[in-house]
Amino acid sequence: MTGTAIQGLNRRQIAWRVAQDLRDGDIVNLGIGLPTLVADYIGPEREVILQSENGILGLGPAPAEAEADPELINATKHPVSLLPGGCYFDHCLSFTMIRGGHLDVAVMGALEVAENGDLANWRTDEPSYAPGVGGAMDLAVGTKRIWVAMEHRTRDGRPRLRRRCGYPLTAPGVVQRVYSDLAVMAVDGGAVEGGAVDGGRLVVLEAVPGLGPEDFARWTEAAFVFADDCRALTAPVL
Amino acid sequence: MLDKRVADCVAALQGLEDGATVLVSGFGDAGVPFGLVAAILELEARDLTIASNNAGTGERGLAALLAAGRVRRVICSYPRSRGSHVFDELYQTGRIELELVPQGTLCERMRCAGAGLGGFYSPVSVGTELANGKEVREIDGRSYVLETPLAGDFALIGARQADRWGNLTYGKSARNFGPVMATAAQVVAVEVREFVELGTLDPECVVTPGAFVDRVVVAGAGS
Repeated sequence: MTGTAIQGLNRRQIAWRVAQDLRDGDIVNLGIGLPTLVADYIGPEREVILQSENGILGLGPAPAEAEADPELINATKHPVSLLPGGCYFDHCLSFTMIRGGHLDVAVMGALEVAENGDLANWRTDEPSYAPGVGGAMDLAVGTKRIWVAMEHRTRDGRPRLRRRCGYPLTAPGVVQRVYSDLAVMAVDGGAVEGGAVDGGRLVVLEAVPGLGPEDFARWTEAAFVFADDCRALTAPVL
Repeated sequence: MLDKRVADCVAALQGLEDGATVLVSGFGDAGVPFGLVAAILELEARDLTIASNNAGTGERGLAALLAAGRVRRVICSYPRSRGSHVFDELYQTGRIELELVPQGTLCERMRCAGAGLGGFYSPVSVGTELANGKEVREIDGRSYVLETPLAGDFALIGARQADRWGNLTYGKSARNFGPVMATAAQVVAVEVREFVELGTLDPECVVTPGAFVDRVVVAGAGS
């Protein structure tokens, strides 16, 4: 089979796949961009509690336009609602929650992830472009489980999963899982605190049908191994 | 009779001078004290350092202050947003200084200033370029960087309600940086939507006790 015949997931399908791995009771922060879409696939029967770093726990869906409140926005600055049981708090308490290890999962976008779990998602190498870090470093360091949801390759086809990140790091060795359009991967040897992290590799847990190690290697710079029980990565039509 | 209300926003800024460091509450537009920020333009003060989560969007608020050339330096976590063209252009042409601080570090540095502490060791930014030049220390096997307090000469805060003692409540996610900034400046000026009689606010629900507040102006007063 040739590479061009392999059908990857679209962004909504990646978000859907991430949502399947969240558990009831998890407190979850969804980053801007693709990760925000995950909220659309956590059904109302689930009790996954969404946190927003600007001081909201128990985030609900976007309200009807007439009910939008300029004082009730998410980290992307879009109007949201509050679920029964939700609450508001100030920034210090919000980052006590984040940095202090009280969040279960942060789903983040990324520019690059390295085989040792290094995360780069806050600045490119464009010098005149003002960098913005927001809460990314706090979330990356403090959250129990860091999952990245992103496209496997850049728009011009270069791998985002690298031996080492080329862009400035957000945090070393923190990524535990990567959900891409081609695969679900665990980082083996990452998640080490502080300093540089040596070694590491990706373990491919799920791959889209038809994607074997040979094609995977063409689109992935990071060291990897396919799990013995590697499953097919599929998602409903979205 | 103690009454922290002042006539208008300009009166709330009395004493704000050249080179001052000004803490400005808000996340996006939520919680930004737009009246107080606009009133800075009616003063002479220049070369300001502004500490705020964002660096203004559109043409109003911090963006107007930046456009008027009053700001020398911005301390924030996320200057670049949709509509932040005023900041973007000043930055690209080298006409404004930026100190980029992770969001949790930004508020904790102000918490230290407000709580009388000399700084704190944080795991955030260890191993990244934002830790360059900072002391790194290992505590119980984990690496931390030393972060120092961030205090303001003024704090400008948006809140929902105030009474004449300066007790405050906030509105939903517009609370954000208000409570911590209220602790961390020499002069704390608050723009509120509503002034209420003393004793009206539920003591269990006061978010910022009046001890932290110096001046209160009701949004739209004097305009």
